[in-house]
Amino acid sequence: MSHNVSYDVSSIRKDFPILGQYVHNKPLVYLDNAATTQKPQQVIDRIHQIYTKENSNIHRGVHYLSNKLTEEYENARETVRSFINARHSHEVVFTNGTTHSINAVAYSFGEKYIAEGDEIIITELEHHANIVPWQVLAERKQARLKVVPINDQGEILLDAFQRMISPKTKIVAVSHISNSLGTINDVEKIIETAHQHNIPVLLDGAQSIQHQEVDVQQLDCDFYVFSGHKVYGPNGSGVLYGKEKWLEEMPPYQTGGEMIQKVTFAGTTYNELPFKFEAGTPNYVGAIGTAEALKYIREKGIRAIAGHEEDLLHYATAQMGEIPDITIYGTSNRKISVLSFLIKGIHHYDTGMVLDKMGIAVRTGHHCTEPLMNHFGIEGTVRASFAMYNTRDEIDRLRDALIKVKQMFS
Amino acid sequence: MTIDKKQQEIIDEFSMFDDWMDKYNYLIELSKDLPEMDPKNKTDENLIEGCQSKVWLNAEMQDEKLVFSADSDAIITKGIIALLIEVLSGRTPGEIKDANLYFIDEIGLKENLSPTRSNGLLAMVNKIKAYAMAYELKQNQ
Repeated sequence: MSHNVSYDVSSIRKDFPILGQYVHNKPLVYLDNAATTQKPQQVIDRIHQIYTKENSNIHRGVHYLSNKLTEEYENARETVRSFINARHSHEVVFTNGTTHSINAVAYSFGEKYIAEGDEIIITELEHHANIVPWQVLAERKQARLKVVPINDQGEILLDAFQRMISPKTKIVAVSHISNSLGTINDVEKIIETAHQHNIPVLLDGAQSIQHQEVDVQQLDCDFYVFSGHKVYGPNGSGVLYGKEKWLEEMPPYQTGGEMIQKVTFAGTTYNELPFKFEAGTPNYVGAIGTAEALKYIREKGIRAIAGHEEDLLHYATAQMGEIPDITIYGTSNRKISVLSFLIKGIHHYDTGMVLDKMGIAVRTGHHCTEPLMNHFGIEGTVRASFAMYNTRDEIDRLRDALIKVKQMFS
Repeated sequence: MTIDKKQQEIIDEFSMFDDWMDKYNYLIELSKDLPEMDPKNKTDENLIEGCQSKVWLNAEMQDEKLVFSADSDAIITKGIIALLIEVLSGRTPGEIKDANLYFIDEIGLKENLSPTRSNGLLAMVNKIKAYAMAYELKQNQ
């Protein structure tokens, strides 16, 4: 039961059919939400309806179905715009996911603005998806990648960041919330500092869009990217938000149909925003499904969800305290509902294997953040990540299961 | 004892366990009994880096037979290694090459040797087979 009386988690759970199943003869406890979230029936139904009644290629048809679905696709763009409070819907580009969005910016922004000797700033706690595209860009342009260190609570060192900025710095790319630790980074301060030097900031929102209110105008970030599947939507769909002024100036990173205005063998002129960045047939089913997920969240209220998840985090942190020799990684005061931990002397993989047999789904390993694991001198952690449908009862089951793990391996 | 006889022995042993808990506890026990790998053999060359756990495998030829020693940083993985060593170590390259390792499936641990698990075990078995083939080729030359 949640302490938030207005938040009816049991009725929310009924919207997610997958949660009702048994795994290894135990009721499923799904705590791998930072990897992907489950889908409410509303999203599943929406996708089902597209394929049973509405499917047609968009933006090019002369016929009824095509026109109708094009309208739905553009409505989805508007839903995303309003959800993140972007100024214009043409600042919302649909992609395949966060990784795709970051690669798009790294390539396209890089082509236009990064030259030899320039500097790109990221941080030590980034997901590989927000490291490797910049590394590749730096190699391509002979630019330099600079990494802001963190402290042992898992917080970005803002002083170090400030000192790192130089006239050569061209872009800052940072995660809004850490996927491995759950730290809510002080991105307001980072953006403010970067903007004082006219440096744009990309926020990796893969772990923030589903957990807290995101207002890109208030944040004043230059780019904000996220994945549909981590926000209760279908997989293979994502969003790249970019301020109009950047998107206008940046060249397309993929070319083909849809993104063109006119093609001759002498040359091609590009379509306007956002189509310039949506080459080929877009994943319109994914985009419409993601918009449906955002509507679902809006209906439940992102603040109510955040309140519920905060309760889960505090409850879980307290319960973990009952397990001897447990270390929690990521101990910032500003955290979302992610618990990364290790039990002394027990390999994370062993812990995960036993939890699995008890019906509990967690992630184990380095969570695509190897440099962050190096910071703590570990190979990986066990990560339990909670979402809008998790309960205190499930956390009790996790606690009891971990006590059993401890007994087995000591 | 032939490889298949050994496999049957393990299958019989595991048939006594009612649930996964007993199986895992048994694997934990086996991991403790696995002879310690000589630290000098825990080289980068002998390391099989799975995404989840690490496995070290060393192979040596002794009297026409391949002798394996291995280790892992994860205990359940190490327990399964102990079983694989029991079945495959001290055999001729020909025996190993032709071995059909059905016991893993029969004792309900198949998922641990699936490509999706990335714990290093599948790569370990593949490496053992590759050693056997390489030595057999060498012997036939």
